[in-house]
Amino acid sequence: MLIPHPLLGPRDAQEFTYLGDARLIDRPDPSAPDAEAAFCDYVFLRDNPAGVHRELWFHEQGDRSWLVVTRDTVTHEVLGAELARNVALSRTRCGK
Amino acid sequence: MTRLTGGLIDRSQTLNFSFDGKRYQGHPGDTLASALLANGVRLMGRSFKYHRPRGVLSAGSEEPNALVELRTGARQEPNTRAAVVELFEGLEARSQNRWPSLGFDALAINDLLSPFLTAGFYYKTFMWPKGFWEKLYEPAIRRAAGLGRLSMQADPDTYDKGFLHCDFLVIGGGAAGLAAALTAARGGARVILADEDFRLGGRLLSETGTLDGGQATDWVSALEAEFESLPNIRVMRRTTVFGVYDHGIYGAVESVSDHLPEASGRVRQTLWRITAKRAVLAAGATERPIAFADNDRPGIMLAGAMRTYANRWAACPSETVAVFTNNDDGHRTARDLAAKDVQIAAVIDARPEAKARGDYRLIAGGMVTGSRGRLGLKSIEVQANGRSEWIECGALGVSGGWNPNVHLFSHHRGRPIWNESLQAFLPGEDGPPGLIPAGAAAANFSTADALRSGAQAAKRAMDELGIAASSPDLPRAEEADYKVAPVFNVPGKKRAWVDFQNDVTVKDIKLAHAENMRPVEHLKRYTTLGMATDQGKTANVTGLAVMAELTGRTIPETGTTIFRPPYIPVTLSVLGGGDIGRHYRPRRLTPTNHWAEGQGAVFVEVGQWMRAQYFPRAGETHWRQSVDREAGAVRSAVGLCDVTTLGKIDVQGADAGEFLNRLYCNIMATLKVGRVRYGLMLREDGFAYDDGTCARLAEDHYVVTTTTANAGLVYRNMEFARQCLWSDLDVQLISTTDAWAQIAVAGPKSRALLARIVDGFDLSNEAFPFMACAELTVCDGLRARLFRISFSGELAYEVAVPARFGHALIERLMELGADLGATPYGTEALGVLRIEKGHAAGPELSGQTTAAMVGLGSMVSQKKDSVGAVMSRRGGLAGDRRRLVGLRPVDPAGKVVSGSHLFAEGAPRKCDTDQGWVTSACYSPHVRSMIGLGFLEKGDERLGEVIVAANPLEGESARLLVVPACFVDPEGERLRE
Repeated sequence: MLIPHPLLGPRDAQEFTYLGDARLIDRPDPSAPDAEAAFCDYVFLRDNPAGVHRELWFHEQGDRSWLVVTRDTVTHEVLGAELARNVALSRTRCGK
Repeated sequence: MTRLTGGLIDRSQTLNFSFDGKRYQGHPGDTLASALLANGVRLMGRSFKYHRPRGVLSAGSEEPNALVELRTGARQEPNTRAAVVELFEGLEARSQNRWPSLGFDALAINDLLSPFLTAGFYYKTFMWPKGFWEKLYEPAIRRAAGLGRLSMQADPDTYDKGFLHCDFLVIGGGAAGLAAALTAARGGARVILADEDFRLGGRLLSETGTLDGGQATDWVSALEAEFESLPNIRVMRRTTVFGVYDHGIYGAVESVSDHLPEASGRVRQTLWRITAKRAVLAAGATERPIAFADNDRPGIMLAGAMRTYANRWAACPSETVAVFTNNDDGHRTARDLAAKDVQIAAVIDARPEAKARGDYRLIAGGMVTGSRGRLGLKSIEVQANGRSEWIECGALGVSGGWNPNVHLFSHHRGRPIWNESLQAFLPGEDGPPGLIPAGAAAANFSTADALRSGAQAAKRAMDELGIAASSPDLPRAEEADYKVAPVFNVPGKKRAWVDFQNDVTVKDIKLAHAENMRPVEHLKRYTTLGMATDQGKTANVTGLAVMAELTGRTIPETGTTIFRPPYIPVTLSVLGGGDIGRHYRPRRLTPTNHWAEGQGAVFVEVGQWMRAQYFPRAGETHWRQSVDREAGAVRSAVGLCDVTTLGKIDVQGADAGEFLNRLYCNIMATLKVGRVRYGLMLREDGFAYDDGTCARLAEDHYVVTTTTANAGLVYRNMEFARQCLWSDLDVQLISTTDAWAQIAVAGPKSRALLARIVDGFDLSNEAFPFMACAELTVCDGLRARLFRISFSGELAYEVAVPARFGHALIERLMELGADLGATPYGTEALGVLRIEKGHAAGPELSGQTTAAMVGLGSMVSQKKDSVGAVMSRRGGLAGDRRRLVGLRPVDPAGKVVSGSHLFAEGAPRKCDTDQGWVTSACYSPHVRSMIGLGFLEKGDERLGEVIVAANPLEGESARLLVVPACFVDPEGERLRE
């Protein structure tokens, strides 16, 4: 597989380490009253869609960026890749 | 049989080879199979199950019968297909699966026992007694039914891996592939043309049809010369594309020196990973046989292959041949062989309307219903118009029609589509993106159609890539129609083979049908149809057709055969490439590795690192002697240990403290500059996962360490936290593990030793107390970092210098510390010292233990959030009352074994009475007995109790005394001296 790195162009998937669902960016508020339940969901529950999936890949053998890669899990087609940092920052700005 | 006229062999040179010890001669350009046929050898192997005599069936990689052992000694290679083995001087081949000889095979008795050996026989026959399967039946079956033998020696050859990139990959070098490559190459695209044969041309080499009125091989030669002159095309002969992977990545194996007597310094094969923007599948088509009684005798082969042997290799299995066909193509074989003065006994065409294409006897509407000849064909039985006759012939060419080679098109689960008029599966619409089928692989069977479709496929690909290419002038070529009748199987009572390699007959398919194994997936597994090394290339469609006939349904209703990689057998050696033995994975060496080697150290692999385990000295006969001595030196004098392998991460930025606060469960932001703090990290699920030290070198600069094993993981998680969770913080990270050589200097005399290398730095306890850190210079100006931290419980430091000075530093320390008793120690002594001190390490931080369990529960700050803090408070974790304790045997000579489980004395040893386990154990020279650490239920309240450590694996148990998890200096005074 090839990952279209937003800074470095297409890179072989072997350079990356896979983590999983990009929802991991949305760490729950630890001070919320239902924090434990929210963290339980965050840590243990993932959607497992057959189709388009946003997921985190780490360019470990490269520039060490975390990417949010949009991939179709059925065809392995990669629909896009963004710097996870930018995704996270835009959510912070939008107040999540 | 001698050679025919013509052929693409170099008769000016002779190559000597042997088969089953008998010597033969062939020519450059021959395959093993063609040379054997030219020497009159029809019998080349024995079948898998029934040990039936077999000859070569095909002239390509689909070959199911002629499997031989090639070469000798360690290079012996089983199951090579004689049809694709390129002849070389001195080639030695042996037949396989026969004893004592190919001509007389004792296990041919299996053929007489065939009524008992039908599909699924082993499921039924060898059911009982139960124990007999493993001990008796399976070994016996494996001996009797089998393929070639391995040499049982290590493979002496070398293999390589390579990466290639191109705009356009052409798979197959026949008419379609050549036209495609020409179109794209002239357009300027970067082209790779891969063909599995050693000579380009594909079927053009097998046929007599002309191109522009001239020999097809002349046209191919002209093209090869043009390709040679173009910088943008790479022609790869002997290269089989075996798989299609994601995003235009293709796997291919190139036989680099398989065809040479000696590899002479070259690799044997190369595994290529080819990334192509577009590709054309011009893999041609494979002819299929027709199943009739005794259709597997040596001499019976595919009609197209018979033509190939005659036209390309001037070889024919017999002077008198017959042809059995259900399509026009079979007639070409008769025509071409007749032109080479081979006698055509008859052409039997199953179609009543068939017409002769030459001067030979045609039996239209006929069927071959039987054959004779024990080790080679002697005659065939033909039935036509209600009459039956035996016709003498030494070879029979059979054509049941052509199956396009759609294999690669199915590698992404694309389903081929049945075409009724062509009686074949064709590529559908759901193939791998960017892969365009052309030529016979897309059922363009005439040469003219193949050329056109290849050029069109290339044009389409170039258009998609925005490369201006125009279709080249293609040569005039044969435009014959291909008409085929649906004849797969001649009804009869005797066995008729469908899958030659796995000995699957029409009877087996009928049995599968009768026993309701009708879906194609069940059929395959019950009969083993298509499961041999040829993956049923000549068998699958026929098997499906027979099942369709039995069920009264159409072929597409019955099922589809789809294919997975690899297209041909690929050896594990080439998949491994050079990554074997020491090169299996990277080996990381510490900066003092060469020095330690010089000291005679024994090394141990820790992850990718090679670390010194202990340093034996003259007279020491047991590793324990060395380890006890090394640990003793640390307790009484000073020891030196390379701790470079611990992960080091440099954390800088205005928010570095806040960032680390959120990563460690304890508080790091309040750490003063020039101080070090122990830190524990939790996973987000609340379990402890790594520990280390955190040194603050400046307001905005920390250096943190991780365990050796988790160095990569911790760094990855820290980057995740920085980029994904708290991207608004001003913090930067870099791993500096490899940049700094770090040496632990531990023991009561460590300060005295360090004083001899620091450049005017005050090491006094007041100026540089326990848990201090500083940047300084040593050895007259060498930049260094000094940390006063201790893993052993003694007065200790760790000193770091740029990695390239690590070797020099340890030499200097050893030299200057000789009078102080400076002693190098390895990971064993390191382990003993830390167990004596009760420090948690890998066995305690196993990923299933909490901060509270390792006695660090109070470290989890309640004042702030950090990774894992919320989940560490959940009931299941907070309620865990197992605690880290020290353990020592009641009997001082007794053993403590890590992994043992702990029980109250007298309690039954079951899961529900289990009270914990021993995590670490060693012999302690300080305590003078074995000691251990372990987790024990409410262990902190049970000091002084005697418990039982059970080791049921070894049938051992021991009585242990529960003590505090610290055997040395519990007050920590030595650290602070």
